[in-house]
Amino acid sequence: MKDLQMNNKTQKSNQPIIEIHDMHKWYGDFHVLSNINLQVQPQEKIVICGPSGSGKSTLIRCINRLEEHQRGQIIVNGIELSNDIKNIEKVRAEVGMVFQHFNLFPHLSIIDNLTLGPIWVRKTPKKEAEEMAMMYLEKVQIAEQAKKFPGQLSGGQQQRVAIARSLCMNPQVMLFDEPTSALDPEMIKEVLDVMIDLAGEGMTMLVVTHEMGFAKSVADRVMFMDDGEIVEQNSPDVFFDNPQHERTKLFLSQIL
Amino acid sequence: MAESTTVKRERLKPPITNVGVLGWLHTNLFNSWYNSLLTIVTLIVMAFLLPPAFQWAFVDSLWNSSAEACRDIDGACWSVIPNNIRFIILGFFPSGQEWRPILAMVLLLTLVVYSKERSRWKSSLLWLWAINLIIMGTLMYGGIFGMPVVETSQWSGLPLTFILSFFGMIVAYPLGILLALGRQSNMPAIKTLCVVYIELIRGVPLISLLFMSSVMFPLFLPEGVTIDKVLRALIAIILFTAAYIAEVVRGGLQAMPRGQYEAADSLGLNYSNTMRLIILPQALKIVIPPSVGILLSVFKDTSLVVIIALYDVLKTTMVTLSNPKWAGYSRESYIFLALLYFGFCYAMSSYSRKLEKELHTGH
Ligand SMILES: Nc1ncnc2c1ncn2[C@@H]1O[C@H](COP(=O)(O)OP(=O)(O)OP(=O)(O)O)[C@@H](O)[C@H]1O
Ligand SMILES: [Mg+2]
Repeated sequence: MKDLQMNNKTQKSNQPIIEIHDMHKWYGDFHVLSNINLQVQPQEKIVICGPSGSGKSTLIRCINRLEEHQRGQIIVNGIELSNDIKNIEKVRAEVGMVFQHFNLFPHLSIIDNLTLGPIWVRKTPKKEAEEMAMMYLEKVQIAEQAKKFPGQLSGGQQQRVAIARSLCMNPQVMLFDEPTSALDPEMIKEVLDVMIDLAGEGMTMLVVTHEMGFAKSVADRVMFMDDGEIVEQNSPDVFFDNPQHERTKLFLSQIL
Repeated sequence: MAESTTVKRERLKPPITNVGVLGWLHTNLFNSWYNSLLTIVTLIVMAFLLPPAFQWAFVDSLWNSSAEACRDIDGACWSVIPNNIRFIILGFFPSGQEWRPILAMVLLLTLVVYSKERSRWKSSLLWLWAINLIIMGTLMYGGIFGMPVVETSQWSGLPLTFILSFFGMIVAYPLGILLALGRQSNMPAIKTLCVVYIELIRGVPLISLLFMSSVMFPLFLPEGVTIDKVLRALIAIILFTAAYIAEVVRGGLQAMPRGQYEAADSLGLNYSNTMRLIILPQALKIVIPPSVGILLSVFKDTSLVVIIALYDVLKTTMVTLSNPKWAGYSRESYIFLALLYFGFCYAMSSYSRKLEKELHTGH
C-alpha cells in the first residue's frame, strides 16, 4: 500500500507540468514561433534568453493563453489549451504571471490587488484571503505598505507586490516576462532576491530575463531563442561555457 | 536643515507689471496693440448698452405688483414671475398637493449635493439613489399613505424636467455601458447590432425620436394597450442618451492599457469580473467629465418634449404668457427661465471641472 502511494507520487512528479509539442504561432502572415517543443518538470527553473523580437514573450504568453497558438499542442497541468474558455480560466488560475510593467490595478489598494484573485476565482472567504495576502506581503517584505495604492510605491516595490499577487493564487507555475527590465538598477536586486527565494522553495519557474547572473545561479536549464525557434537549451554551465551554436555564441558575446 | 547651510542668495521681487491690478490689466487686457484696441471698443459698447439695460432691469422695474401696475412703467415687469411661479414650476399638479413635487425635488437635489463628495462613492450610495428614486416616484404618483393619485398627465413644470433628465440619465447609463461593451465584443452579431444601433441613433435628432415614440410607437401596440405619454418620452430620451453614453464609455475603455486586461486574465478572472472589478471602475472614472456633459445636454434637451405636448418648465412658462394679462412680459419670463437653466447647468459643469482636476491628481 505504502509502496503504491510512493509510486504514484513519483510518477506524478515525473509527469511534466508543461508540455508543448510542435507548436507554431502566426501574427497574421508573420510566423513568430516555429516548431516549439518543450517539457517542463515540476520544480524546474528555466531561463529563456535571446535577442529582441525572437519571440520569448510570445512563447510564455502562449502558455497561459494570453496569445493563441495556431498549430500543435500546449498542455498545462494536464489540461490542453484550446478555445474552451473554462479550460483557459482553469489553466490561468494555476499559472502565475509577472509582467515587465507590473500591471497592478491602480484603483485598488495593495491588499485588494492581492485578494482579488483568491476571492473571485478561488472563492476564498475574504478574511482568509486577507490573511494569506498579508503572509505573502510579509514574504516579499512589504507588509507595511498593504493599505497604500500602487501609484505610491517604487517600481521595485510594485514588482514585488505583483509577484505576491500571483503567489496568492497558489500557482503551480510562475511565468516571468523580463521582470526587472523596467526597474532602476538599484531596485533590480530586491526583485531578484524575491525570485531566488521563490526558486529555493521549489516553485516551477519560466523566466525571460537578461540577468545572466540570475540564470547562472538559479536556472536548471537555460534556453536560447532566435527568430521564433528554440535554438539551444542546456544546463547553465554548459550553456555559458560551451555554447554549441554560432547564433548562441554571437548572442553571448554581445551581452556578457 | 539643508536650507541654513546653503549660501543666502538675494531674492528679487518680480517686476511690477506682473503683479497686482496693474499687472493683471497689462497681461490680460493691454498686452498688445490689437488687444488694447479690442478692450477699448468693448468698453465703449458696454458703456452704451449697460446703463439702459440696468435702468430697465433694476431702476424702472417692478418686482411684486399686479399686472395692471406694470402697464404704467417703462422698465421690466418682474412681477410676472412671482405672480405665476406656482404654475411655472409645478404646472398642473393638483393644488393642495404642492408639497409632494417640492419634497421630491428637494430630495433629488439633496442627494445630488450629497453625491458630490468622492469619499461617499460606495455601493451604498447606489442603494441610496435607488431608494430615493422610488420615494420620489411615490411622492409624485401617490396612491398610498393617503396621497391621492396624480396621473402623469398632470406632471409638469420643473419636476417633469428633472424626471425626464435624471431618470433618463440613470437608466440610460447602464444601457450605454452595455452598448459600449457590446461594441467591443468579439461576437460579430452583438458587435454589429451595437454599432448599428449607436450609429443610427446618433444620426437622428432627438425631436424625431420623440415624434416617433409619441406618434408611431402606439401604432405597433396591440389594440387597447396604451403607454403613458411621459413614459414614452422618457423611453425616447433614454434610447437617445444611451447611444451617446456608449460612445463616451467606449472612449474610456479604449484608454485602458492592455496590461490591465492581461493582468486580470492571468489571474483567471472571467470576463464579467474583469469588467466589473478592473476595467469599468477605472474607465468610468475617466469619463465622468464627459458624462456630466451629456447630463447637461439631456437636461436642456428635455425642453423638446414641448412638441409632443408635455408641459415641461419651458411649456408652462409659455402657457403663462398666453394669458392676456401677462402676454406682454415674455422677455422677463424667458430671462428668468434662462437663468434657471443656466444656474443648474453652470453648477453641473463647474462641478465636472472640479472633478476633472481632482481625478487628474488623485489616484
Ligand atoms: N500583437 C502583435 N502583432 C504582430 N506582431 C507582433 C505582436 N506582438 C509581437 N509581435 C512581433 O513578434 C515578434 C516577437 O515578439 P516578442 O515580443 O515575443 O519578442 P521578445 O523576444 O519578447 O522581444 P523583447 O526582448 O523585445 O521583449 C516581434 O517581431 C514582434 O514585432
Ligand atoms: Mg518581450
